[in-house]
Amino acid sequence: MAYSDKVIDHYENPRNVGSFDKADDAVGTGMVGAPACGDVMKLQIKVGADGRIEDARFKTYGCGSAIASSSLVTEWVKGKTLEQATTIKNTQIAQELSLPPVKIHCSILAEDAIKAAVADYRKKHEFSESKDKKVA
Amino acid sequence: MRLPVYLDYSATTPVDPRVAGKMIPYLTEFFGNAASRSHAFGWKAEEAVEEARGHVAALINADPKEIVWTSGATEGNNLAIKGAANFYKTKGKHIITQKTEHKAVLDTCRELERHGFEVTYLEVDSNGLVSVEKLKAALRPDTILVSIMMVNNEIGVIQPVWEIGELCRAKGIIFHCDAVQGGGRLEIDVQKFKVDLLTITAHKMYGPKGIGALYVRRKPRVRIEAQIHGGGHERGFRSGTLATHQIVGFGEAARLAKAEMASENERIRALRDRLYKGIQGIEEAYVNGDFKQRIPHNLNVSFNFVEGESLIMAVKDLAVSSGSACTSASLEPSYVLRALGRSDELAHSSIRFTLGRFTTEEEIDFTIDLIKRKVEKLRDLSPLWEMHKEGIDLSTVQWAAH
Repeated sequence: MAYSDKVIDHYENPRNVGSFDKADDAVGTGMVGAPACGDVMKLQIKVGADGRIEDARFKTYGCGSAIASSSLVTEWVKGKTLEQATTIKNTQIAQELSLPPVKIHCSILAEDAIKAAVADYRKKHEFSESKDKKVA
Repeated sequence: MRLPVYLDYSATTPVDPRVAGKMIPYLTEFFGNAASRSHAFGWKAEEAVEEARGHVAALINADPKEIVWTSGATEGNNLAIKGAANFYKTKGKHIITQKTEHKAVLDTCRELERHGFEVTYLEVDSNGLVSVEKLKAALRPDTILVSIMMVNNEIGVIQPVWEIGELCRAKGIIFHCDAVQGGGRLEIDVQKFKVDLLTITAHKMYGPKGIGALYVRRKPRVRIEAQIHGGGHERGFRSGTLATHQIVGFGEAARLAKAEMASENERIRALRDRLYKGIQGIEEAYVNGDFKQRIPHNLNVSFNFVEGESLIMAVKDLAVSSGSACTSASLEPSYVLRALGRSDELAHSSIRFTLGRFTTEEEIDFTIDLIKRKVEKLRDLSPLWEMHKEGIDLSTVQWAAH
């Protein structure tokens, strides 16, 4: 399987690998995929007082494209509001990394991981949802 | 040391320079058609073909008249299975094989099912071995053919084909053995081994690709129906102009294999065991397939919590395979490891190391170091490893499958 240079770069030098404390109120955690399918992504966002994502971390079990997709989105979500982060589309990820058709599911998974992390954060802050909207 | 390190000898072997040297004159100088009876070019080619036939026959202690040249193992398996099934179909329509055979056997059996044959695909035990008792229980009065491989291509386990041969002979059932991974690596003696049809190929024993042989027993005589028709070459078993240079290469490869097998296997076993010892230090690494009933050339290991394709990518300085070469383009986990009852995760994270004639100690030490570092790196990236370390039983987790 031939990988694009960008996939190889992210795979060899993954950005923002690691974990935040799941219990931290400022952290949203998204875990998507299944080991049986060959990929599991864990994406975590840390949301600042201004409602913007100030930091992100990931851990991924999966092929090089899955690792690259999740590494890339940790860069992309930083500085974005939750609303903006959820507008990131898998097609943008696939295009940026020049993913071949058999690897499109990796970009879909990365998009789902962002949505899951945002949903987890929002769930923790159900009562302060209005504050989030004001910023967006 | 040249990179990448080649550890995929079960996929194919390089042509031994001694073999290549023997082949070249038969391309340029002695280019005759072995079927040309009217001039010296033909006689020379025929002489070379028959000398090679003698070497290949000697490798398995057969009579040269029992060797039929084929284009390779896939054709050999097709000719044996379809040929025997079609010849003996009036006696019965039942065939027995097992689930970890090579696709050349499995797909041929599927094709026969479409033509009215019934096929039993035996399960293997968790060590990858076929149970002779289960095979015995699967035999029916209308069973005409049993096809069981000698050595599994992915996990290297040696099937109890000698016992199966005895069983089939006693019942008067034709026994075919795909010995592609055993040829040149294990001692095969058809005077003792009660096999009726046996497939071997040159490119797994330092010969060229594109040439194989099917052993067809003469005493007691085994009949098969030809699958390729034409000029009646190979006593009608397989028509087509003989590829003299390929055959010469196969002959020389077989001769060298017979002469060097014992010392070579000893050396390769020591290297494989060194690799095994080196990898044993890694947590959550599992050897796939029985370790004792295994050729010395093979080590197949699953690294839990690491995904196979990313591991292959991480070890790009190693030429190894994940599953078999024929299926590694697909995203499915290895059907062989699944047949052993391995979980999808473990099946996904397997690496097959296969060693051979040109493997060195330096290469093995390089491999051990690289695998250790890369597995650690990928585990640092793996959410599954993190969960495992937190004491979470992954089988109890509800995954959002996609």
